[in-house]
Amino acid sequence: MLHIYCPHCGESRDEEEFHPAGQAHIERPKDPDACTDKEWGEFLYFRRNPRGVHHELWVHAAGCRKFFNMTRNTQTYEIKEVYKLGEQPSVVAE
Amino acid sequence: MSDAMLNEQVEATKGKMVMNQIPADIVGESPLHHADLETLASRGQDQGGVHLKEKSLQGLLILRAKPDEAQMAEIESVLGVALPTTPLTSVEMAGGKGDVSVRWVSPDEWFIVVPATVAFQLESDFQTSVSGHYSLVNVSSGYTILQLSGDNVVDVLKKSTPIDVHPSVFPVGKVVSSVFAKSGAMMLRRIGDNAFELIIRRSFADYIWLWLQDASMEYGLVIEA
Ligand SMILES: [Zn+2]
Repeated sequence: MLHIYCPHCGESRDEEEFHPAGQAHIERPKDPDACTDKEWGEFLYFRRNPRGVHHELWVHAAGCRKFFNMTRNTQTYEIKEVYKLGEQPSVVAE
Repeated sequence: MSDAMLNEQVEATKGKMVMNQIPADIVGESPLHHADLETLASRGQDQGGVHLKEKSLQGLLILRAKPDEAQMAEIESVLGVALPTTPLTSVEMAGGKGDVSVRWVSPDEWFIVVPATVAFQLESDFQTSVSGHYSLVNVSSGYTILQLSGDNVVDVLKKSTPIDVHPSVFPVGKVVSSVFAKSGAMMLRRIGDNAFELIIRRSFADYIWLWLQDASMEYGLVIEA
């Protein structure tokens, strides 16, 4: 079981309290009417599935119910860092 | 719409948007009404490691806001206490308009408990005294409060929640939202060395009541009226 630090509550809690919400930093096209089908399709459906460092969106579902980002190694399960929405990760894949 | 017209409309609805949740002709019933805790308290055992008391039919309100300094001061003047802004903390004050306690729930959310008879007045006072953007909702009928105490209360909590309740990381006054016996949306607050307050949803009340009876059985469960 993962032990996850919530940046809003300011302490670590059991994974049971959290839900993953997919890949982080997905930007919605500013003008959906103006983008191509390819751009729109990639925004909606295409996600990275890396082996190694990955940036994910999580929600502290049973706690403060706030979303935050997590940089996690999908191979070792090691959590590199958590950071709030709007912030950029300091740990990125090489 | 002009600002003047908008202000006029806001003025016209002030006070009317608040509904007294306690009509004179209806008697409130706790979600554990069917358990008849009063009878159990008078007939049940009086020795045991876990004591349970329902603090039923309180006035419960959820405040959502991102207050600036001015709004913070207005809210404090209405509540009588300042909103706790440190995560996982709570404040309480006896006397004044009535006992009031405020729990931090998330960076923009607080859970307020007052006596049921005070809730309507508090909502009305917010309407007249607090400016700016906020939401205050009376959720009295959605939850109930259980107070758990006794030498074995920590043992029961260990079976029920992943939260570490050791006093070194869970001092008196700390409050957390977590899961309890796999059910969500509960708030746990330490109110004494061996005493906790559990705020649970109405729809989970019967399940948690049954769970607590089972989890406390080996220590002896004392129901207090
Ligand atoms: Zn949290």
